[in-house]
Parts: sequence; C-alpha cells; structure tokens
Amino acid sequence: MFELLGITPQGLVAQLLVGLINGSFYAILSLGLAIIFGLLNIINFSHGAQYTMGAFVAWIGLTQVGQWFGFPEFSINYWFALILVPLVMGGFGLILERTMLKRLYHLDHLYGLLLTFGLALIIEGMFRHWYGISGESYPAPELLQGAIPLESIGIILPKYRLWVVVASLVVCFSTWYVIERTKLGAYLRAGTENPKLLQAFGINVPLMISLAYAYGVGLAGFAGVLAAPIFQVNPLMGSNLIIVVFAVVVIGGMGSIMGSILTGLALGLIEGLTKVFYPEASGVVIFVIMAIVLLIRPAGLFGREK
Amino acid sequence: MSSKIKLLYSILVLIALLLPLQDFIYLVFAMKVLCFALFACAFNLLLGFTGLLSFGHAAFFGTSAYITAHLCKEAGLSPELGIVFGVLSSGILGFLIGSLAIRRQGIYFAMVTLALSQMIYFLAVQLPFTGGEDGIQGVPRGMLFGLIDLKDDVSMYYFVLAIFFLGFALIVRTVHSPFGQVLKAIRENEPRAVSLGYDVDRFKLISFVISAALAGLAGSLKTLVFQLATLTDVHWHMSGEVVLMTLLGGMGTILGPVVGAGIVVGLQNYLANIGSWSTIATGFIFVICVLAFRRGVVGEITHFFKNKS
Repeated sequence: MFELLGITPQGLVAQLLVGLINGSFYAILSLGLAIIFGLLNIINFSHGAQYTMGAFVAWIGLTQVGQWFGFPEFSINYWFALILVPLVMGGFGLILERTMLKRLYHLDHLYGLLLTFGLALIIEGMFRHWYGISGESYPAPELLQGAIPLESIGIILPKYRLWVVVASLVVCFSTWYVIERTKLGAYLRAGTENPKLLQAFGINVPLMISLAYAYGVGLAGFAGVLAAPIFQVNPLMGSNLIIVVFAVVVIGGMGSIMGSILTGLALGLIEGLTKVFYPEASGVVIFVIMAIVLLIRPAGLFGREK
Repeated sequence: MSSKIKLLYSILVLIALLLPLQDFIYLVFAMKVLCFALFACAFNLLLGFTGLLSFGHAAFFGTSAYITAHLCKEAGLSPELGIVFGVLSSGILGFLIGSLAIRRQGIYFAMVTLALSQMIYFLAVQLPFTGGEDGIQGVPRGMLFGLIDLKDDVSMYYFVLAIFFLGFALIVRTVHSPFGQVLKAIRENEPRAVSLGYDVDRFKLISFVISAALAGLAGSLKTLVFQLATLTDVHWHMSGEVVLMTLLGGMGTILGPVVGAGIVVGLQNYLANIGSWSTIATGFIFVICVLAFRRGVVGEITHFFKNKS
C-alpha cells in the first residue's frame, strides 16, 4: 500500500515522530493557555513570546553567562536549566500578573488580550534587537546525544527527540493529575467556577490566581528549554507557533485540561501525516480542521456550550 | 451634530484639501496615513460599534492588495476596476470568515479570526501569483477612468482623499442609521438584542462584511499608492497594528481611528531607522493604552469636555 502511494514506511514513521514532537509542544503550550484562561479569563497572547524567552534564557545560561563574568568554561547544566528556567519564567509571570494583569480582571476580556499582545511585541522586539533574527544554536546534553537505531523498521531514533516527547507527556499528565485528582486542583477548579464563594471558605484566591499564571508561564518556559536543542533559538520561534496553538485551543475547546493535551498531540500527528501525503497543505491543515470543527461543533471538540 | 463639531470637520477637510500646496508634509506619507485611517475606521466599525474584536483584518487588507496588484499589473486593468475587484474579493472573504467566526464569541472570536487570517497568510506564501517573499512589485498606478494620470502624486493624493471621504462617510452613515443602532445594541447587551427579536448573527455578519470590504478598499488603495503588495500586508502584525490604531485613537469614536492611524504611521516613519525599537515602542504603547488610558486620545478628550460642561 505504501509503495502504491510512493511513500516509504520509514518516511511515514519519521514524519509521525516529527508530528508527535510538534504535538507535544502544542499540548504543553495549549495546556498553559488553558490553565491561565481558566482562572484569569485572559488569553495569554504573550505565551509564544514567553516560550521564546524560555529558550533564550536557557541559551544564555548555557553559552553566555560564563563569558559575561569572565569564566568562559562556566555554563549552566542542561538538567539544571530545565528546572531553573521555568522557575525564572514563573517569577517573571508573577511580576507581570501582580503589576499589570491584576488591573484588568474587572474589564472586558479583550483588554487582557491586547495587553499581553503588547507584552509579546516588547519581548520579541528586545530579543530581536539584541540577537537579530538569525538563530542561535544550543547543544543537547551529552546523555541525550546520538540516536537509537531501530533496524527492524529501518529508521534511526534520535535520543533527544524521544526525550522531548516523554518529558512533555510526563509534565502534561502530571499537571492533569494535579488539577483533576487532588485537593489543590479542586480549589483551582472551584476558583474558575465561583471565586467569591471560594474566598469565603478562607482560600487566598488572588494568590492562587497569581500562582496559576506563574505556573502557566513556567510551562511555556519549560517548553522553550525543551525546544532549544531541536529548533534554532530565534526571536520569532514563539510568534510562529502561538497562532497554531490558538487554533488548537479553538479546536479543543479549552473546556478541559485533558482536551487541550489530547487535541495538541492529535493535531501534531495530523500535521505530520499531511507532510507525508500532501506536503503543500501541511501549513494550513490545522486551520482547515478548525474551520470544519467550528461548522460542526462551535464549542470545540471537548468544550461545553455556555 | 453640533455646530462646533461641524466647524471642526470643515477645518479638517480644508486642511486635507490644501495639503498639496505645502512642502512640510510629504504627500506619500499623507496618502499612507489616509489608507491606514480608512483601514482603522473600517476595523472600528466592527470593534467600536459592534463589539467584535477581529484579530485577522490583515487578511482582508492583504487579499485585496494582492488582487488589485495582480489585476492591474498582469491583466492591465484600470485602477478603478482593480479596486472594485479587490473590494469584491475581500468582501467575499469577509463573508466566509465572518460566517465561521460569529459562531464563537468574545476571545474565541478573536482567536478564530486570527487563525483563519493566518491561513490566508500561508496561501499568500505558497500561491504562485503572489510572488512569495518578493510580493508583487512595480504595480502601475494607471489612468483613472482613462483620463487622469495617477503617476502624479498630487492627483493620486486627491484620488485617495476622495475615496477616503467616501469610505468615511459610508461608515458615519452606517453608524448613525437604524442598522447602526442595532449594532450598538448588540455591543451593549447581546442577550437583550436577541430578546427584542433581532437576528443578531445576521447583523453581526453584515457588519463584518462591510468592515472587511472597506478594509479591502484600504488595501487596494495602499497597493496603488506604493505600487506593491507584499506579505507584510497579510501578516498578523498588520492585524495587530490596526487594533493599536483604533485603541490608541479611541475605539467607538468616529475620528479616533483617523487620529490613531496618524500617530502610529507617524511613529513608524520616525522610528523606522532604529530597527527593532519600533516593535518595542509599539508594544509599550499597547501596554500603556490598556493600563492607563483605555478611551484613547479622542475618547479621553471628549470625556474631558463632557465632564467640564
């Protein structure tokens, strides 16, 4: 059958793997958006820029910091960056929420969108000013360099890519577990339903909201660190991705955490498949699917009609 | 309309008509401002008067720009016909995107329009007639009605000014018509408009199509002025820029988008030399507008005078 269509099984598997990797990024970013939207009612337009920032902070830590302080050999370990960068980004998110976003909660949703859009422009513009639009490279850690040959199906599996898929799945599903299955998650969900009532029970809702935003931004930063060794680190990496993630969010419906994870992964795979069978359409396939889903189910696949 | 406002408008029209007589303001710059002012007014019809935030208006601006450029350059159409076809194509596209997008509300509406316009961007990158990264360059301005040579900047300026007045008058007329009142009712309280028996979705769609077609008109004009259509016209940064113009000038005011367009285009002209700083400055203006003066320049001034009297 494959020979009939002029496609080798190797090519198919390779593209599916690429699709799965893209899908894990879609999943992790749309999960962050869903958490932020759930509690703050703000579409975080700067999510893409925060993902870029995560990648840049990791790159700076790994290759630049040592030179700045005159110790060229010094660099921050990848594994350390994987924890440190999301924390830094989370702190950055916390400051944004406390100083700016907080003032907008009583207003129309569109102001949140516009404010974060402005922030995205500032972040993107700054990195473009400092580093230009050509990409910077970032090596994968030694442990994950190289590839696993799978001779039975004739492809080589790069270790780092496998790690990206595993790591993002672990993060996505543990986030899902915390939100859907633990007491902390119950508070979060109650906060999205009825913040005033929750406040009356003695929960510090404003703090919870700040931390939720910080966590969402942290997730974007985490995705940035994961992405850095695969894609080039450049100022536009996030703005190109974020619109696809918005489409993912519209398709999934943002009603459920699991919905955003599954839709993200599925759309990555569909995009990969399109690259095999009809490469010209791979850029638009997600938007076409979005149009179809909107025609059939305006609230999205996992969304609830309000 | 009070006599003071009539006076203000008369002065503005007079200034616009006499502009080619001086040398301080470069005419091409004035034309650019007019094109973007029309674009922002069209966008404001949707955001300011219907309450729909479309984040994909670059799709209409750009599509029309490409269609006009292609028809005028390759098919040798006259400029007025090129504009007619450009506006038609963006109107049809507005109908398609609009009928999909109005199925969702609020933020989702914005995201759907953004994503669909990104689809148009991908098409513009890949379709052969758009010239990919290079765009369509060297579009002839042509002879208007076969009589007036638009190569001359002064006649082009008056042509652009006339079209701008037409578009602006159409928007003012729409806003003050019974149809416009229904749109405002939808903006203020959609459930109530539904309960009054209005077919809200139809009104929204009509407003979307008018706005898209006028945005297309602005795109076509821009193509003729600069004689080119490129990917910048369809990129989502353009959609963001028109939001900024409207927000900065004052959404829901008649003159706001014109003022906003003047400020943004002016800033870009002056900041163009310092590269990425113009993006950063745009971002800061966004943040400051949203945090500090949400009514915009015109909105704040009107508010100030209302409070005084």
